[in-house]
Amino acid sequence: MSKQKNPIMGWIDDRLPVTVTYEKHMSKYYAPKNFNFWYFFGVLSMIMLVNQILTGIWLTMNFTPSADAAFASVEYIMRDVEWGWLLRYMHSTGATFFFIAIYLHMMRALLYGSYQKPRELIWLFGMGIYLALMAEAFMGYVLPWGQMSYWGAQVIISLFGAIPVIGDDLTTWIRGDFLISGATLNRFFALHVIAVPLVIVALVVLHLLALHEVGSNNPDGVDIKKHKDENGVPLDGVPFHPFYTVHDMVGIVVFLIVFCSVMFFFPMGGGFMLEYANFEPANGLKTPAHIAPVWYFGAFYTILRAIPDKLLGVIAMGAAIAILFVLPWLDKSPVKSIRYKGIISKTLIPVFGIAFAILTWLGTQPSDGDFLGMINNTTLARWLTAFYFGYFLLMPFYTRMEKTKPVPERVTGGH
Amino acid sequence: MSQDGVNNSRRLLLLGSTAAVGAVGAGFVAVPFLASWNPSEKAKAAGAPAKVDISKLEPGAMLTAEWRGKPVFIVRRTQEVLGMLEGLTDRLKDPANGNKAQQPAYADNLQRSREPELLVLLGVCTHLGCAPKFYAEVKPEPFDADWKGGFFCPCHGSRFDMSGRVFNGSPAGDNLLVPPYTLDGNTLVIGIDEETA
Repeated sequence: MSKQKNPIMGWIDDRLPVTVTYEKHMSKYYAPKNFNFWYFFGVLSMIMLVNQILTGIWLTMNFTPSADAAFASVEYIMRDVEWGWLLRYMHSTGATFFFIAIYLHMMRALLYGSYQKPRELIWLFGMGIYLALMAEAFMGYVLPWGQMSYWGAQVIISLFGAIPVIGDDLTTWIRGDFLISGATLNRFFALHVIAVPLVIVALVVLHLLALHEVGSNNPDGVDIKKHKDENGVPLDGVPFHPFYTVHDMVGIVVFLIVFCSVMFFFPMGGGFMLEYANFEPANGLKTPAHIAPVWYFGAFYTILRAIPDKLLGVIAMGAAIAILFVLPWLDKSPVKSIRYKGIISKTLIPVFGIAFAILTWLGTQPSDGDFLGMINNTTLARWLTAFYFGYFLLMPFYTRMEKTKPVPERVTGGH
Repeated sequence: MSQDGVNNSRRLLLLGSTAAVGAVGAGFVAVPFLASWNPSEKAKAAGAPAKVDISKLEPGAMLTAEWRGKPVFIVRRTQEVLGMLEGLTDRLKDPANGNKAQQPAYADNLQRSREPELLVLLGVCTHLGCAPKFYAEVKPEPFDADWKGGFFCPCHGSRFDMSGRVFNGSPAGDNLLVPPYTLDGNTLVIGIDEETA
């Protein structure tokens, strides 16, 4: 307060709370000093969001959302538009890296109990972002109007047909036609470039506002607000700016190096990011021999496929996503971090991460193949699906039962 | 403002009725937004019947025609194939055409067709809408060691026999749809029959 206020800032601050907002969210937002590697992925997700929005806007300038012209317009972007290939690969590779960042960000929450009280709303907004992101990625993949675009859309929209009574009418309503057609492509374009991005940005704002209201969790899961100095600053906190802004820059640079390596040298990601069948224009009469989703939907697709019944398969897939929403109320542990949880959680959390990774892998593979030559893919998928649900449904019991370690008063380690 | 003499129940009534009228208005406004997602008049009009010349279709062979943008499988089945249909009953989910919506009345028989040998099926898997593939040969396949010929969906492994009936253990629940059709000599007309004409 003793500092002389810049007269221009003072004039603005009397009319718009710029300084107050900047202090609340940056220079006087105290984050725990013991953040580790896992804490990079929130900011990395935001970098990818900005990348997707920016390159996406530029792609719309040359893309034609019609069944007759969409495929050719993507090739036009790739071959004739100056730097078009780069903008498109930034966008397609960006989708993969967005999901990598999001999955690791969610894994972090699982490891350190970042969803637990009082951060339930942060988790719910985050899950909303994840759900919107899946819709966004799915609709984006339809736009190039290749074989995978077409048949992926056919399968995903047909999922709604499993709903009793209204299913068939609902799928017709979503498609806007009696089959996947230009009407479907056109509305997906509108949703992909306007509606869903608006929802995602709004949810990101809510996610951050909720985070800054209660403060960040940390690898020890201790509340840094319990020990404050005479000015009310948490003893284990450091101002987000400049400490974490500078710190995060290192992570961003490393992440972008990996991103650029993939984008420049493996833009198709071996068929996991851009599938080979999608380089053939959509043909409504012929399904590609091997149809698989892009990698980031693999786990849920595997769960759908694991169950040999249409309605039950769709229900299981929906439930696999829905159960994540209620995670904050399933974990009854008195401690947040894996560091102080009991032996069961300590074992199951990493095993869950591995199980999810294998489910993801299986989703990209034919269901009649073998996993590492050891076990039939479908059999393995069924075991892992059972584990996936068991992990969550039994959580209220084993987190209450197991013996936890005492949590320290102050954070350990840090800078 | 003074709070004296406020009639709370009257306020509540006004608040409630305003909200109710607003909600009804919002409901009406939602109609054009939701209804615009329905198939357009143009899409509805695009349902012309398809005419297919089947004079060159050999016994045992399949031809794929397009009707309303969807594939239609036309197979001229051999006598051996027709002879095997009966014996599959135990392995099928709906061997006797229990679901009447999946075929017109004239195809509600063992062969699921007008003429016993000529099979006409909508090539859209009843699971999630992929186009199944035709595996005509009777031989062990990776997806079925005791394969008697039929259709296999590459997407999620649904299996159908040579009259489009779904096998047990498939994610699909219904037999493949037999579209309405008429036969005029060697010309197959898909989309029109005596009921729809």
